[in-house]
Amino acid sequence: MRDVAIEAVSLRKVYGTDQHAVVALDDVSISIRKGEFFTLLGPSGCGKTTLLKMIAGFETPSEGNILLNGHDITEQPPNRRPVNTVFQSYALFPHLTVRQNVGFGLSMLGRPAAEIDEVVNRALGLVKLEAMADRKPQQLSGGQQQRVALARALAPSPEVLLLDEPLSALDLKLRKEMQTELKRLQLELGITFIFVTHDQEEALTMSDRIAVMSSGNLLQVGTPKEIYNHPVNRFVADFIGETNFIPAQVAGTTATIGGDIALPVDPASPQGSHTLAVRPEHIRIVPSGAEATLRALITESVYFGTDSHVRLRLANDIELVARFQSDEAGGDAPPVDTEVGLIFAPGALQVLED
Amino acid sequence: MARRDFSAARLPGFATIAITVFVALYAPILMLVAYSFNAGDSIAIWEGFSLKWYPVAWNNAEVREVTLRSLTIAATASVLSTTVATMAALGTTRRRQTRGQTFIYLLINQPLMVPEIVTAVALLIFFASIKVATGYQGLGYLIAAHTAFCIPFAYLPIRARLEGMDLTLEIAAGDLYASSWQTFRHVTLPLLAPGIGAGMMLAFVTSLDDVVITLFVKSAGQDTLPTYMLAQIRRSVSAEVNAISTLLLLLTVLLLTAFFLLTRKRD
Ligand SMILES: Nc1ncnc2c1ncn2[C@@H]1O[C@H](COP(=O)(O)OP(=O)(O)O)[C@@H](O)[C@H]1O
Ligand SMILES: [Mg+2]
Repeated sequence: MRDVAIEAVSLRKVYGTDQHAVVALDDVSISIRKGEFFTLLGPSGCGKTTLLKMIAGFETPSEGNILLNGHDITEQPPNRRPVNTVFQSYALFPHLTVRQNVGFGLSMLGRPAAEIDEVVNRALGLVKLEAMADRKPQQLSGGQQQRVALARALAPSPEVLLLDEPLSALDLKLRKEMQTELKRLQLELGITFIFVTHDQEEALTMSDRIAVMSSGNLLQVGTPKEIYNHPVNRFVADFIGETNFIPAQVAGTTATIGGDIALPVDPASPQGSHTLAVRPEHIRIVPSGAEATLRALITESVYFGTDSHVRLRLANDIELVARFQSDEAGGDAPPVDTEVGLIFAPGALQVLED
Repeated sequence: MARRDFSAARLPGFATIAITVFVALYAPILMLVAYSFNAGDSIAIWEGFSLKWYPVAWNNAEVREVTLRSLTIAATASVLSTTVATMAALGTTRRRQTRGQTFIYLLINQPLMVPEIVTAVALLIFFASIKVATGYQGLGYLIAAHTAFCIPFAYLPIRARLEGMDLTLEIAAGDLYASSWQTFRHVTLPLLAPGIGAGMMLAFVTSLDDVVITLFVKSAGQDTLPTYMLAQIRRSVSAEVNAISTLLLLLTVLLLTAFFLLTRKRD
């Protein structure tokens, strides 16, 4: 495939030996396309950094291969791979100025000074740091250092840019700004970004595709929409966004919850005893008189401006969380203790394998 | 009230002891400095202020010769020992901890632990056999001996600096296309430079000041400044020696000040 930038084939990484061995990655295969904003998402310790380090060349896989543009680079040292990293700690050289930091890669490649100057100026322009060019990293704020690290990694025009939780040290406002900035840069430069985060919201808003990981395994790879709307299992559904989980008996196209409430589900759903998942915003609340799939009692309602978060109790005490969209007339969710009807959007009810 | 932690400074008599120690340490030095400005040549009777001993020392050809020899040995030995110490420090901190680590550490610091007189006698015997075998009588023996005992002094500040260094910086250099040599040349070495400078100064001062090993190892006519001063003082105590000592003190203080400026933690 010509449009694949990075391909990992059956990668396995075991740290340590014998009784102290830690399996950081357990048979991971993945294809990352050229020009893609690809995110590795998962809780701390699931192996994201390990995967990134093997792509960069800082760690050698215990088993498996890594291909860049179809060529096996598993044995290549980091300084021979056209791949650059934005480190979580930035790792800026304290004895060099911002300009020298950004020019470091090209200078090591032996490019002529005039070319380095031009590229460095352009890179500093991209991250809006022209004015800081002659400062030392210690004289910059955290956000500015972050941008120097980004410019330094981008200056040699790598085929792939690796970013290991680059925004985690920034405060919320700066983080939002940098998210937009990163996305803009990626679109502008067309470089493949492999971005690591444990923040699901960050992953959803920035990525073309997301790989969800858990304890060294790849659980699901897909677009943010696919992952959000069709999580393959309970872990993914739980890790991304908010979800109601209800134990259910599935037979044919019917899922039975709480013993006697029957709900329609996709005919392709796994059969037997499973978990039924439904996103809060996929539940519509209607007046009790209207036609509805279910009846419920409102037990709690918290106003959030754009919507209200509503807690509902079904007959046989099953609890659900739903959203009630505020409307232009300032309409709010019905008060607590109101009987309401519930309608599920088509496809909202998903039967999950555990 | 908050519980106060134990502190030796609050023990009764602490101040008295502290003052006594400081007086014992510095009073003789202050006296030495003061009498280097004595008009007479006694070091016990003050006969008025004069700078005359400094030109006397300077115009003494013998003093100039031994000073030059001391500086030559110190300069060579400090450069050599710092080079060895830098490599040793890189070798002991840049690899995974092994069981032999403590042993290597002890080996490097051997001169700090073995009594100097033992080393001196050992070197005397060792070099004597080489002198017989080769016939070489030059300064090389002193330089080799000084290099050896200066290594731990150069090693300690370099190692401290290396241990405080962020390894990610070297990884980042490799990520940015630097070869191992380029990483060393452009990242490790510049970051290590203050430690190397500090180590070199410490080695220089240590070499400049050595008496015991030098006395045992030197051939005839190879007096250094300290062994020359010792010989002079044995014969007759003169204010000239005081003047030389004061200059040596000044040099040492300058070097040690530079050392502290280099090793001081920067924020
Ligand atoms: N150098 C190492 N030696 C031993 N274990 C390690 C090492 N690096 C990572 N690990 C272990 O491998 C697992 C995955 O780590 P990592 O890839 O850093 O996870 P993440 O980046 O997703 O938080 C963790 O259990 C971690 O403790
Ligand atoms: Mg990590």
